[in-house]
Amino acid sequence: MELSSPQSDALSTHPAHLSPGYKSTILRSPTRPLLLVPEQMKNLRMPVFGESCLGPFDNDLTKNARRNGEPIGERIKIAGQVLDASGRPLPNVLVEIWQANAAGRYIHKAEIHDAPLDPNFLGAGRLLTDAEGRYSFYTIKPGAYPWGNHYNAWRPNHIHFSVIGHHLDQRLVTQMYFPGDPLFAYDPIFQSVPRHARELLIARFSMDWTEPEFALAYEFNIVLNGRNQTPFES
Amino acid sequence: MNTLPITPSQTVGPFFAYGLTARQYGYDYTSLMDGMLIEPRENRGKIIYITGCIIDGNGTSVSDAIVELWQADAQGQYATEPIAYPPNHATFTGFGRFGTGTTANHEFLFTTLKPGFTAEDSAPHINVILFMRGSLRTLYTRLYFSDEPEANSRDTFLNSIDPDRRSTLLAIKRTDGHYQFDIRLQGPSETVFFDL
Repeated sequence: MELSSPQSDALSTHPAHLSPGYKSTILRSPTRPLLLVPEQMKNLRMPVFGESCLGPFDNDLTKNARRNGEPIGERIKIAGQVLDASGRPLPNVLVEIWQANAAGRYIHKAEIHDAPLDPNFLGAGRLLTDAEGRYSFYTIKPGAYPWGNHYNAWRPNHIHFSVIGHHLDQRLVTQMYFPGDPLFAYDPIFQSVPRHARELLIARFSMDWTEPEFALAYEFNIVLNGRNQTPFES
Repeated sequence: MNTLPITPSQTVGPFFAYGLTARQYGYDYTSLMDGMLIEPRENRGKIIYITGCIIDGNGTSVSDAIVELWQADAQGQYATEPIAYPPNHATFTGFGRFGTGTTANHEFLFTTLKPGFTAEDSAPHINVILFMRGSLRTLYTRLYFSDEPEANSRDTFLNSIDPDRRSTLLAIKRTDGHYQFDIRLQGPSETVFFDL
Protein backbone atom coordinates (compact mmCIF):
# COMPACT_ATOMS: atom_id res chain seq x y z
CA MET A 1 0.00 0.00 0.00
CA GLU A 2 1.33 3.38 -1.00
CA LEU A 3 1.95 6.15 1.47
CA SER A 4 1.42 9.68 0.38
CA SER A 5 0.76 13.02 1.95
CA PRO A 6 -2.43 14.66 0.72
CA GLN A 7 -0.97 17.94 1.87
CA SER A 8 1.23 17.89 -1.22
CA ASP A 9 -1.66 17.37 -3.62
CA ALA A 10 -1.63 20.57 -5.64
CA LEU A 11 -5.09 19.90 -7.04
CA SER A 12 -6.67 19.41 -3.65
CA THR A 13 -9.21 21.96 -2.56
CA HIS A 14 -8.86 20.97 1.11
CA PRO A 15 -6.71 22.79 3.65
CA ALA A 16 -3.54 21.15 4.92
CA HIS A 17 -3.99 19.48 8.29
CA LEU A 18 -1.24 21.67 9.66
CA SER A 19 -2.04 25.31 8.99
CA PRO A 20 0.02 27.23 11.59
CA GLY A 21 -1.85 30.54 11.13
CA TYR A 22 -4.74 28.72 12.80
CA LYS A 23 -2.86 28.02 16.01
CA SER A 24 -4.94 25.13 17.26
CA THR A 25 -3.79 22.98 14.34
CA ILE A 26 -0.23 22.91 15.67
CA LEU A 27 -0.89 20.32 18.39
CA ARG A 28 -3.87 18.68 16.73
CA SER A 29 -2.80 17.80 13.19
CA PRO A 30 -1.31 14.39 12.37
CA THR A 31 2.41 14.53 11.66
CA ARG A 32 2.75 11.18 9.86
CA PRO A 33 1.62 10.65 6.27
CA LEU A 34 -1.95 9.48 6.02
CA LEU A 35 -2.52 5.96 4.76
CA LEU A 36 -4.22 5.69 1.41
CA VAL A 37 -7.04 3.17 1.60
CA PRO A 38 -8.53 0.71 -0.86
CA GLU A 39 -11.49 1.79 -2.98
CA GLN A 40 -13.85 -0.53 -1.16
CA MET A 41 -13.31 1.41 2.06
CA LYS A 42 -13.96 4.76 0.37
CA ASN A 43 -17.07 3.30 -1.19
CA LEU A 44 -18.47 1.92 2.03
CA ARG A 45 -22.11 3.00 2.17
CA MET A 46 -22.98 5.41 4.95
CA PRO A 47 -26.18 5.26 7.02
CA VAL A 48 -29.42 6.29 5.40
CA PHE A 49 -31.57 8.80 7.24
CA GLY A 50 -35.34 8.73 7.01
CA GLU A 51 -37.90 11.53 6.97
CA SER A 52 -38.92 10.48 10.47
CA CYS A 53 -35.62 11.99 11.68
CA LEU A 54 -36.86 15.48 10.90
CA GLY A 55 -39.15 17.77 12.82
CA PRO A 56 -41.53 20.16 11.03
CA PHE A 57 -39.30 23.25 11.42
CA ASP A 58 -35.89 21.59 11.45
CA ASN A 59 -34.96 23.47 8.25
CA ASP A 60 -36.35 26.79 9.51
CA LEU A 61 -34.09 28.26 12.17
CA THR A 62 -36.34 31.33 12.40
CA LYS A 63 -39.06 29.09 13.82
CA ASN A 64 -37.53 26.03 15.43
CA ALA A 65 -36.54 27.74 18.69
CA ARG A 66 -39.18 30.43 19.12
CA ARG A 67 -40.29 31.12 22.69
CA ASN A 68 -41.98 34.50 22.73
CA GLY A 69 -41.38 36.12 19.37
CA GLU A 70 -39.37 36.31 16.17
CA PRO A 71 -35.61 35.96 16.31
CA ILE A 72 -33.76 39.25 15.85
CA GLY A 73 -31.76 39.93 12.72
CA GLU A 74 -31.79 39.71 8.97
CA ARG A 75 -33.89 36.76 7.81
CA ILE A 76 -32.20 34.91 4.93
CA LYS A 77 -32.64 31.81 2.84
CA ILE A 78 -29.73 29.45 2.14
CA ALA A 79 -30.35 26.99 -0.65
CA GLY A 80 -28.41 24.85 -3.04
CA GLN A 81 -27.66 21.40 -4.28
CA VAL A 82 -25.45 18.58 -3.02
CA LEU A 83 -23.58 16.85 -5.85
CA ASP A 84 -20.75 14.41 -6.25
CA ALA A 85 -17.67 15.38 -8.22
CA SER A 86 -19.17 13.91 -11.38
CA GLY A 87 -22.06 16.32 -11.08
CA ARG A 88 -24.58 13.72 -9.99
CA PRO A 89 -27.15 15.07 -7.52
CA LEU A 90 -27.09 13.30 -4.16
CA PRO A 91 -30.59 12.75 -2.77
CA ASN A 92 -31.36 11.97 0.87
CA VAL A 93 -28.15 13.50 2.21
CA LEU A 94 -28.29 14.64 5.84
CA VAL A 95 -27.27 18.30 6.09
CA GLU A 96 -26.90 19.73 9.60
CA ILE A 97 -26.06 23.38 10.26
CA TRP A 98 -25.19 25.52 13.28
CA GLN A 99 -24.23 29.15 13.62
CA ALA A 100 -23.96 32.29 15.76
CA ASN A 101 -26.96 34.62 16.09
CA ALA A 102 -27.23 38.04 14.44
CA ALA A 103 -25.07 39.56 17.16
CA GLY A 104 -22.27 37.06 16.64
CA ARG A 105 -23.06 35.07 19.77
CA TYR A 106 -23.14 31.28 19.95
CA ILE A 107 -25.50 29.79 22.47
CA HIS A 108 -22.78 27.32 23.50
CA LYS A 109 -22.05 27.31 27.23
CA ALA A 110 -18.32 27.87 26.67
CA GLU A 111 -18.85 30.95 24.49
CA ILE A 112 -17.45 34.06 26.20
CA HIS A 113 -18.21 36.80 23.63
CA ASP A 114 -20.44 39.26 25.50
CA ALA A 115 -22.85 39.94 22.64
CA PRO A 116 -26.52 39.30 23.51
CA LEU A 117 -28.21 35.95 23.29
CA ASP A 118 -31.50 35.76 21.41
CA PRO A 119 -34.14 33.80 23.36
CA ASN A 120 -35.87 32.92 20.08
CA PHE A 121 -32.87 31.63 18.21
CA LEU A 122 -30.92 28.43 18.81
CA GLY A 123 -28.92 28.43 15.58
CA ALA A 124 -29.20 24.73 14.74
CA GLY A 125 -31.07 23.08 11.89
CA ARG A 126 -31.05 20.06 9.62
CA LEU A 127 -32.70 18.52 6.59
CA LEU A 128 -32.45 15.79 4.01
CA THR A 129 -31.78 16.71 0.39
CA ASP A 130 -34.63 15.99 -2.02
CA ALA A 131 -34.60 13.72 -5.07
CA GLU A 132 -32.52 16.28 -7.02
CA GLY A 133 -30.07 16.77 -4.15
CA ARG A 134 -31.57 20.17 -3.34
CA TYR A 135 -31.90 21.78 0.06
CA SER A 136 -33.22 25.02 1.53
CA PHE A 137 -32.95 26.61 4.99
CA TYR A 138 -34.42 29.77 6.45
CA THR A 139 -32.26 31.35 9.09
CA ILE A 140 -30.89 34.63 10.48
CA LYS A 141 -27.71 36.06 9.01
CA PRO A 142 -24.98 35.32 11.57
CA GLY A 143 -22.80 38.13 12.90
CA ALA A 144 -19.02 38.29 13.05
CA TYR A 145 -17.41 37.51 16.39
CA PRO A 146 -14.00 37.77 18.05
CA TRP A 147 -11.88 34.78 18.96
CA GLY A 148 -8.59 34.16 20.68
CA ASN A 149 -6.35 33.06 17.85
CA HIS A 150 -4.33 36.30 17.62
CA TYR A 151 -4.64 40.02 18.37
CA ASN A 152 -7.93 41.46 17.08
CA ALA A 153 -9.01 38.15 15.53
CA TRP A 154 -12.58 38.09 14.17
CA ARG A 155 -14.32 35.29 12.31
CA PRO A 156 -16.09 36.33 9.11
CA ASN A 157 -19.84 35.68 9.11
CA HIS A 158 -20.28 31.98 8.48
CA ILE A 159 -22.57 28.99 8.89
CA HIS A 160 -21.19 25.57 9.81
CA PHE A 161 -22.32 22.66 7.63
CA SER A 162 -22.08 18.95 8.42
CA VAL A 163 -22.88 16.69 5.49
CA ILE A 164 -23.25 12.90 5.51
CA GLY A 165 -23.21 11.73 1.91
CA HIS A 166 -23.70 8.25 0.55
CA HIS A 167 -20.20 6.88 1.13
CA LEU A 168 -17.60 7.02 3.87
CA ASP A 169 -15.44 9.45 1.91
CA GLN A 170 -18.41 11.80 1.57
CA ARG A 171 -18.37 12.84 5.22
CA LEU A 172 -17.72 16.57 5.12
CA VAL A 173 -17.72 19.35 7.69
CA THR A 174 -17.30 22.81 6.21
CA GLN A 175 -18.28 26.45 6.63
CA MET A 176 -20.29 28.66 4.29
CA TYR A 177 -19.25 32.32 4.04
CA PHE A 178 -21.03 35.40 2.65
CA PRO A 179 -19.86 37.32 -0.43
CA GLY A 180 -17.69 40.39 0.01
CA ASP A 181 -16.76 39.88 3.64
CA PRO A 182 -13.92 42.25 4.59
CA LEU A 183 -12.60 39.72 7.12
CA PHE A 184 -11.59 37.06 4.57
CA ALA A 185 -8.05 38.42 4.32
CA TYR A 186 -7.57 38.26 8.09
CA ASP A 187 -9.11 34.89 8.92
CA PRO A 188 -6.65 31.99 9.15
CA ILE A 189 -9.42 29.39 8.98
CA PHE A 190 -10.71 30.76 5.66
CA GLN A 191 -7.11 31.31 4.52
CA SER A 192 -6.21 27.68 5.29
CA VAL A 193 -7.95 26.70 2.06
CA PRO A 194 -5.77 26.81 -1.07
CA ARG A 195 -6.27 30.13 -2.85
CA HIS A 196 -7.79 28.52 -5.94
CA ALA A 197 -10.52 26.87 -3.85
CA ARG A 198 -11.57 29.66 -1.48
CA GLU A 199 -14.42 30.88 -3.65
CA LEU A 200 -16.02 27.43 -3.27
CA LEU A 201 -16.81 28.35 0.35
CA ILE A 202 -18.51 31.66 -0.50
CA ALA A 203 -22.25 31.59 -1.11
CA ARG A 204 -23.60 33.49 -4.11
CA PHE A 205 -26.35 36.06 -3.67
CA SER A 206 -29.37 34.87 -5.65
CA MET A 207 -31.96 37.41 -6.77
CA ASP A 208 -33.90 34.55 -8.37
CA TRP A 209 -34.44 32.85 -5.03
CA THR A 210 -34.87 36.03 -3.02
CA GLU A 211 -38.43 36.18 -1.73
CA PRO A 212 -40.33 39.49 -2.03
CA GLU A 213 -40.86 41.25 1.28
CA PHE A 214 -39.44 38.25 3.13
CA ALA A 215 -35.79 37.20 2.74
CA LEU A 216 -32.65 37.64 0.67
CA ALA A 217 -31.39 34.33 -0.71
CA TYR A 218 -27.93 32.84 -1.02
CA GLU A 219 -26.97 29.85 -3.12
CA PHE A 220 -24.39 27.44 -1.73
CA ASN A 221 -23.71 24.22 -3.60
CA ILE A 222 -21.77 21.41 -1.96
CA VAL A 223 -19.65 18.97 -3.93
CA LEU A 224 -18.56 15.76 -2.21
CA ASN A 225 -15.94 13.21 -3.24
CA GLY A 226 -16.87 10.80 -5.94
CA ARG A 227 -14.06 11.01 -8.44
CA ASN A 228 -13.07 7.38 -8.14
CA GLN A 229 -16.18 5.71 -6.98
CA THR A 230 -17.79 3.02 -9.01
CA PRO A 231 -21.39 3.77 -9.92
CA PHE A 232 -23.85 1.83 -7.82
CA GLU A 233 -27.28 0.53 -8.68
CA SER A 234 -29.98 2.55 -7.02
CA MET B 1 -14.51 11.60 -14.48
CA ASN B 2 -13.90 14.49 -12.16
CA THR B 3 -15.67 17.61 -13.38
CA LEU B 4 -16.47 19.60 -10.25
CA PRO B 5 -14.04 20.75 -7.56
CA ILE B 6 -14.72 19.28 -4.12
CA THR B 7 -16.07 21.67 -1.48
CA PRO B 8 -13.16 22.36 0.89
CA SER B 9 -13.27 21.09 4.44
CA GLN B 10 -13.22 23.46 7.42
CA THR B 11 -12.99 22.90 11.16
CA VAL B 12 -16.07 21.86 13.12
CA GLY B 13 -15.03 24.54 15.63
CA PRO B 14 -15.58 24.43 19.39
CA PHE B 15 -19.33 25.15 19.32
CA PHE B 16 -20.84 22.22 17.41
CA ALA B 17 -22.63 20.83 20.46
CA TYR B 18 -26.10 22.33 20.06
CA GLY B 19 -26.18 21.44 16.37
CA LEU B 20 -24.76 17.92 16.39
CA THR B 21 -24.97 16.55 19.94
CA ALA B 22 -27.65 18.74 21.48
CA ARG B 23 -29.18 16.32 23.98
CA GLN B 24 -25.84 15.14 25.31
CA TYR B 25 -24.88 18.73 26.11
CA GLY B 26 -28.27 19.65 27.52
CA TYR B 27 -29.62 21.84 24.73
CA ASP B 28 -33.29 21.93 23.92
CA TYR B 29 -33.03 20.28 20.52
CA THR B 30 -33.26 16.65 19.47
CA SER B 31 -30.25 14.55 18.54
CA LEU B 32 -30.40 12.08 15.68
CA MET B 33 -27.72 9.85 17.15
CA ASP B 34 -25.72 9.54 20.35
CA GLY B 35 -23.25 7.28 22.11
CA MET B 36 -25.73 4.52 22.75
CA LEU B 37 -26.04 2.54 19.54
CA ILE B 38 -28.06 -0.14 21.28
CA GLU B 39 -29.63 -0.59 24.71
CA PRO B 40 -27.80 -3.25 26.73
CA ARG B 41 -31.08 -5.12 27.30
CA GLU B 42 -31.54 -5.65 23.55
CA ASN B 43 -30.51 -9.18 22.75
CA ARG B 44 -29.04 -8.60 19.32
CA GLY B 45 -25.44 -9.69 19.83
CA LYS B 46 -22.62 -9.07 22.26
CA ILE B 47 -22.93 -5.66 23.92
CA ILE B 48 -19.63 -3.85 24.26
CA TYR B 49 -18.52 -0.55 25.76
CA ILE B 50 -15.89 1.61 24.09
CA THR B 51 -14.20 4.51 25.79
CA GLY B 52 -11.19 6.66 25.06
CA CYS B 53 -9.67 10.10 24.76
CA ILE B 54 -8.40 12.21 21.91
CA ILE B 55 -4.89 13.21 22.96
CA ASP B 56 -3.09 16.20 21.43
CA GLY B 57 0.63 16.84 20.91
CA ASN B 58 1.02 18.01 24.52
CA GLY B 59 -0.56 14.86 25.93
CA THR B 60 -3.72 16.77 26.83
CA SER B 61 -7.14 15.25 26.20
CA VAL B 62 -9.22 17.25 23.73
CA SER B 63 -12.44 18.61 25.21
CA ASP B 64 -14.03 19.84 21.99
CA ALA B 65 -13.89 16.85 19.69
CA ILE B 66 -16.70 14.84 18.16
CA VAL B 67 -16.32 11.14 17.45
CA GLU B 68 -18.54 9.13 15.13
CA LEU B 69 -18.66 5.36 14.80
CA TRP B 70 -19.94 3.49 11.75
CA GLN B 71 -19.95 -0.25 11.99
CA ALA B 72 -21.52 -3.54 11.00
CA ASP B 73 -23.82 -5.52 13.26
CA ALA B 74 -22.99 -8.83 14.95
CA GLN B 75 -23.57 -10.64 11.66
CA GLY B 76 -21.17 -8.37 9.77
CA GLN B 77 -23.95 -6.50 7.98
CA TYR B 78 -24.08 -2.72 7.59
CA ALA B 79 -27.55 -1.26 8.03
CA THR B 80 -29.22 -0.24 4.79
CA GLU B 81 -32.66 0.66 6.09
CA PRO B 82 -33.35 4.32 6.88
CA ILE B 83 -32.58 5.37 10.44
CA ALA B 84 -35.77 6.27 12.27
CA TYR B 85 -36.37 8.89 14.89
CA PRO B 86 -36.69 8.64 17.80
CA PRO B 87 -33.77 6.20 17.77
CA ASN B 88 -35.13 2.71 18.10
CA HIS B 89 -32.44 0.72 19.82
CA ALA B 90 -34.08 -2.53 18.88
CA THR B 91 -33.06 -1.70 15.31
CA PHE B 92 -29.30 -1.53 15.24
CA THR B 93 -28.18 1.08 12.74
CA GLY B 94 -24.50 1.06 13.63
CA PHE B 95 -23.99 4.82 13.58
CA GLY B 96 -23.12 6.73 16.74
CA ARG B 97 -21.87 10.17 17.68
CA PHE B 98 -20.40 11.55 20.90
CA GLY B 99 -18.80 14.86 21.90
CA THR B 100 -15.92 14.83 24.37
CA GLY B 101 -17.06 17.90 26.31
CA THR B 102 -19.41 16.36 28.86
CA THR B 103 -17.37 13.60 30.50
CA ALA B 104 -14.55 13.43 33.04
CA ASN B 105 -11.18 13.60 31.32
CA HIS B 106 -13.01 14.40 28.04
CA GLU B 107 -13.65 10.78 27.19
CA PHE B 108 -15.97 9.48 24.52
CA LEU B 109 -18.32 6.68 25.58
CA PHE B 110 -20.13 4.26 23.31
CA THR B 111 -22.43 1.33 24.00
CA THR B 112 -22.66 -0.84 20.94
CA LEU B 113 -22.47 -4.35 19.52
CA LYS B 114 -19.30 -6.22 18.81
CA PRO B 115 -19.25 -6.16 15.02
CA GLY B 116 -19.08 -9.42 13.11
CA PHE B 117 -16.92 -10.31 10.15
CA THR B 118 -17.67 -8.20 7.07
CA ALA B 119 -15.38 -10.26 4.83
CA GLU B 120 -13.18 -13.35 5.07
CA ASP B 121 -9.99 -11.32 5.05
CA SER B 122 -11.28 -8.71 7.47
CA ALA B 123 -11.25 -8.81 11.28
CA PRO B 124 -14.07 -7.20 13.27
CA HIS B 125 -13.57 -3.45 13.15
CA ILE B 126 -15.31 -0.10 13.50
CA ASN B 127 -14.84 2.92 11.25
CA VAL B 128 -14.03 5.99 13.33
CA ILE B 129 -14.63 9.54 12.09
CA LEU B 130 -13.17 12.43 14.06
CA PHE B 131 -13.71 16.21 14.06
CA MET B 132 -12.47 18.86 16.46
CA ARG B 133 -11.46 22.46 16.86
CA GLY B 134 -8.00 22.72 15.37
CA SER B 135 -8.64 20.01 12.81
CA LEU B 136 -9.34 21.40 9.36
CA ARG B 137 -10.22 18.07 7.73
CA THR B 138 -12.19 14.95 8.46
CA LEU B 139 -9.95 12.43 10.21
CA TYR B 140 -10.63 8.75 9.61
CA THR B 141 -9.24 5.81 11.51
CA ARG B 142 -10.26 2.25 12.32
CA LEU B 143 -10.76 0.45 15.60
CA TYR B 144 -9.76 -3.23 15.88
CA PHE B 145 -10.12 -5.39 18.98
CA SER B 146 -7.22 -6.59 21.14
CA ASP B 147 -9.04 -9.84 21.92
CA GLU B 148 -9.19 -10.88 18.27
CA PRO B 149 -5.51 -11.69 17.65
CA GLU B 150 -6.20 -14.52 15.25
CA ALA B 151 -8.65 -12.54 13.12
CA ASN B 152 -6.42 -9.48 13.24
CA SER B 153 -3.49 -11.52 11.91
CA ARG B 154 -5.57 -12.40 8.84
CA ASP B 155 -6.87 -8.87 8.20
CA THR B 156 -5.55 -7.66 4.86
CA PHE B 157 -5.98 -4.01 5.69
CA LEU B 158 -4.35 -4.20 9.11
CA ASN B 159 -1.46 -6.17 7.61
CA SER B 160 -0.84 -3.44 5.05
CA ILE B 161 0.10 -1.08 7.88
CA ASP B 162 3.63 -0.70 9.23
CA PRO B 163 3.87 -3.34 12.01
CA ASP B 164 5.23 -0.74 14.41
CA ARG B 165 2.04 1.29 14.09
CA ARG B 166 -0.66 -1.40 14.01
CA SER B 167 -1.14 -1.32 17.76
CA THR B 168 -2.44 2.25 17.49
CA LEU B 169 -5.60 0.79 15.95
CA LEU B 170 -6.20 -1.73 18.73
CA ALA B 171 -8.89 -1.12 21.32
CA ILE B 172 -7.53 -2.74 24.48
CA LYS B 173 -9.89 -4.91 26.47
CA ARG B 174 -9.73 -3.86 30.11
CA THR B 175 -10.33 -6.05 33.11
CA ASP B 176 -13.80 -4.53 33.50
CA GLY B 177 -14.64 -5.63 29.97
CA HIS B 178 -14.62 -2.16 28.44
CA TYR B 179 -12.51 -1.48 25.39
CA GLN B 180 -10.08 1.43 25.71
CA PHE B 181 -9.32 3.23 22.45
CA ASP B 182 -7.23 6.36 22.86
CA ILE B 183 -6.58 8.36 19.71
CA ARG B 184 -3.22 10.14 19.65
CA LEU B 185 -2.94 13.01 17.22
CA GLN B 186 0.83 13.31 17.42
CA GLY B 187 3.88 11.80 19.12
CA PRO B 188 5.63 8.43 18.99
CA SER B 189 2.34 6.52 19.26
CA GLU B 190 0.47 8.71 16.76
CA THR B 191 -2.65 6.90 15.60
CA VAL B 192 -2.74 5.80 11.98
CA PHE B 193 -5.16 8.02 10.07
CA PHE B 194 -6.44 7.36 6.59
CA ASP B 195 -6.76 9.49 3.53
CA LEU B 196 -10.06 8.88 1.82
